[in-house]
Amino acid sequence: MEFTTVVFYFFAAILLAAGVRVITARNPVHAALALVLAFFTAAGLWMLLEAEFLAITLVLVYVGAVMVLFLFVVMMLDINIERMRQGFWDYLPIAGLVAGLMVVEMVMVLGGERFGLVAPEPKPADYSNTRELGLLLYTEYVYPFEIAAVILLVAIVAAIALTLRRRPGVKWMDPARQVKVTHEGRIRMVNLKPQKPESKTE
Amino acid sequence: MQATNFPMPDLLPALPEIVVLVMACVVLLVEVYSKSRAAGYVLTLLTLLAAAGVTTFTAGPDTAYTFSGMFVDDAMADLLKLMTYLAGIAAVIYSRQYLADRDMFRGEYFALLLFAVLGMMVMISASHFLTLYLGLELLSLALYAMVALQRDSATAVEAAMKYFVLGALASGLLLYGMSMLYGLTGTLELAKMAEALNAGVKSELVLAFGLVFLVAGLGFKLGAAPFHMWVPDVYHGAPTAVTLFIGSAPKLAAFAFAIRLLVDGLQPAHGDWQQMLAVMAVLSLAIGNLAAIMQTNIKRMLAYSTISHMGFLLLGVLTGTFAGYSSALFYVVTYVIMSLGAFGMVLHLSRAGFEAENLDDYRGLNARHPWLAGVMGILMLSMAGLPPFVGFYAKLTILQALVGSGWLWLAVLAVLFSLIGAYYYLRVVKLMYFDTPHAEAMAPAPAGDARLLLSINGLAVLVLGILPQPLMALCAYAMQASLQ
Repeated sequence: MEFTTVVFYFFAAILLAAGVRVITARNPVHAALALVLAFFTAAGLWMLLEAEFLAITLVLVYVGAVMVLFLFVVMMLDINIERMRQGFWDYLPIAGLVAGLMVVEMVMVLGGERFGLVAPEPKPADYSNTRELGLLLYTEYVYPFEIAAVILLVAIVAAIALTLRRRPGVKWMDPARQVKVTHEGRIRMVNLKPQKPESKTE
Repeated sequence: MQATNFPMPDLLPALPEIVVLVMACVVLLVEVYSKSRAAGYVLTLLTLLAAAGVTTFTAGPDTAYTFSGMFVDDAMADLLKLMTYLAGIAAVIYSRQYLADRDMFRGEYFALLLFAVLGMMVMISASHFLTLYLGLELLSLALYAMVALQRDSATAVEAAMKYFVLGALASGLLLYGMSMLYGLTGTLELAKMAEALNAGVKSELVLAFGLVFLVAGLGFKLGAAPFHMWVPDVYHGAPTAVTLFIGSAPKLAAFAFAIRLLVDGLQPAHGDWQQMLAVMAVLSLAIGNLAAIMQTNIKRMLAYSTISHMGFLLLGVLTGTFAGYSSALFYVVTYVIMSLGAFGMVLHLSRAGFEAENLDDYRGLNARHPWLAGVMGILMLSMAGLPPFVGFYAKLTILQALVGSGWLWLAVLAVLFSLIGAYYYLRVVKLMYFDTPHAEAMAPAPAGDARLLLSINGLAVLVLGILPQPLMALCAYAMQASLQ
C-alpha cells in the first residue's frame, strides 16, 4: 500500500467518525467541535488531491471564522437538547430504512469506473493552484462570481431587515447629532435687566 | 507572468440584469436617506418599467451567448423576463395599501423584491448549471426574507422557517444531482452536456441516479407533489402581499429552470425524466385538486390549486415535443396572470387588521361590490378552465399536445381531475353570488390604482380567452426561436 493511500484512509476514517459524532453528540458544543475536526480532516483530503488553495480556505474560513461564530452562538443560546431530541427514536426505524436504501444505491452507483475517470498526472512543484483559480475566477467565471456577491448582499440585507428593530421608549443617542451640537443648542443666552429685589421688610 | 487574453464579455444581452441590480442597490440607499416612504415604491416601478424597455429593445429572434457561454439571451428568455416584470409591477401595485397598513411599506421590501426579480432573470437566462443554481439561490434567499419580514406574526415566521429548511434541502438535492452529471459528462454547460450525453455515457445508472435528484429538486422548487408540502403552509403563513409575489413570478422562473435543465441540457435523457415527470404530474393533479376541496382558507385553497396547475404544466413539458413545450409556456404565462388577479383580490379586500382570507369572507360579495365579485368570478372560472376564459385554452393546448404525443391516458386523467377541481372554484362563485353576507360587511381598501389594475387583470383574462391566438402564436414563436 502506498503512503498516500494510508494517509487517505487515516483522514477518511477520522472524517467519518467526526461526522457521526456531529449528529450523535448530546452537547451542541461537542457537536460543533466534532464538525471542526471533520473540516480539518476534509482539508487534509483535499490536500492529498492537490487542491491546496481550497484546503487552506476551508481551514481559514470554516474553522477559523464560521465555526468560531457558531460556537459563540451555541454557547450563548440555551438550547434544550432533550426537547429537540423528542421523536428521534420514533422516527429512527423509517429514517434508518431510507438511509440504508440510499447507502445501497450509492454503493451500486458510485465509483471511479462508472464515471470513466482516470487519476490525473501530478502537477510539478512550482504549479500554483491559487493562481490558476484566480485566473479562471476573474475571467471565465466572472458572471457567477458576481452573482455570488449579490447573494451575499441579499443575505446582509435580509439579516438586517429581519433583526434591526427600533423599540419605542428606549433611550438611545444619535452620535451624529451629538457631534453636530453647537453652543447655541446647549445654552440659551437670556438678556435680563438688572432688577432691584423688592424689599419685603417694609 | 503569463498574459491572459480574455476577451471582454459582451454586456449588451445582460443589460436588463445590470439595470435591475444597480437599481436594487439604489433603492436600498435611497431608503436610508429619503424621508419619503414612497421613494422605494416609485423607484421599483420605474426600474421594472426600464428593464422592460431594455428587454423589449434588445429582444429578437436571435440567440446570444455571453460570459463564456454561461448567459443566454433568446426569445423565450425575453418573453419570460417581460412577464416577470409585469408580475413584479402588478405585485407592487396590488400590495401598496396592504403593506402600508401593516408597517411593511419599507425600502427593504422593495429592494428584496428587486433582488428576487434579478434572481429570476438569472435563472431564465442561464445556460450553465452554475448560473442556474446561483439564480435559484438568489431568488430563494430574497423570498425567505420577504416571507419572514412580518416579524411579529408567528405564522409568517413559521412559514419562513419551513420554506427555508425545505428550500435548503431541495438545493442540496439539486446540487448532488448536478455533481453526478458533472462527473459523468465532465461539463457544466448545458449545451455541451447535451452533446456529451448524445455521444453516449459511461454508465446509464449514474445518469438515472443524478436525474432522480435533479428532478426531485425541481419538483420542490415548482411545488409539485410529492414535494409540495411547503406550498400550503408558506402561502397561508406569509403576508398576503408576499404570497401574491411567490405565487406568480417565480413560477415563470421555475418553468424556465425546467426547460433549461431538462430540454436544453438533458434532452438526450428524455426517456428517463419523462416517466418521473409523469408520476409527479399525476400526483400533483390528484393531491392538488382533492385537497383544495377541503380548505376553508382561500390562500390555502389557492396554494393547492397552484399544485394542480403545476401538475398541468409538467404534463406539457413531459411530452418532449415542441407543441408540448410551447403549450406549457402558454400555460404558465396565463396561470401567472390569473394567479396575480386572484391574490390581488384577496389583498384588495383585506384592510388594516383584517385579512380576507377565509372563504366565508366572500359570502355575498356580489351584493356589496358587484364589480369586484364579477372580476373574481371571471378569475375563478378561468382557473377552473371554463370557456370562454383563457384558462380553458391553456388546458386545451396542453391536452392537445398530450394526445398528439400519444399520452391519451394522462389526458383523460387530467380532464377528470380538472372536473373535480372545478368544484372548489365554482364554490367561490356560489358563495359570492348566492349566499347572504355576514352581518359584518367587508369594505375594500380604498386603493383606486389596485382596483383599476384588478379590473384590467380580470378583463385581460376574458379578452385573452376570446382572442387567445396572438399570445399562443407568440409563445410558439419564442419556443421555436430558442429551441431551434
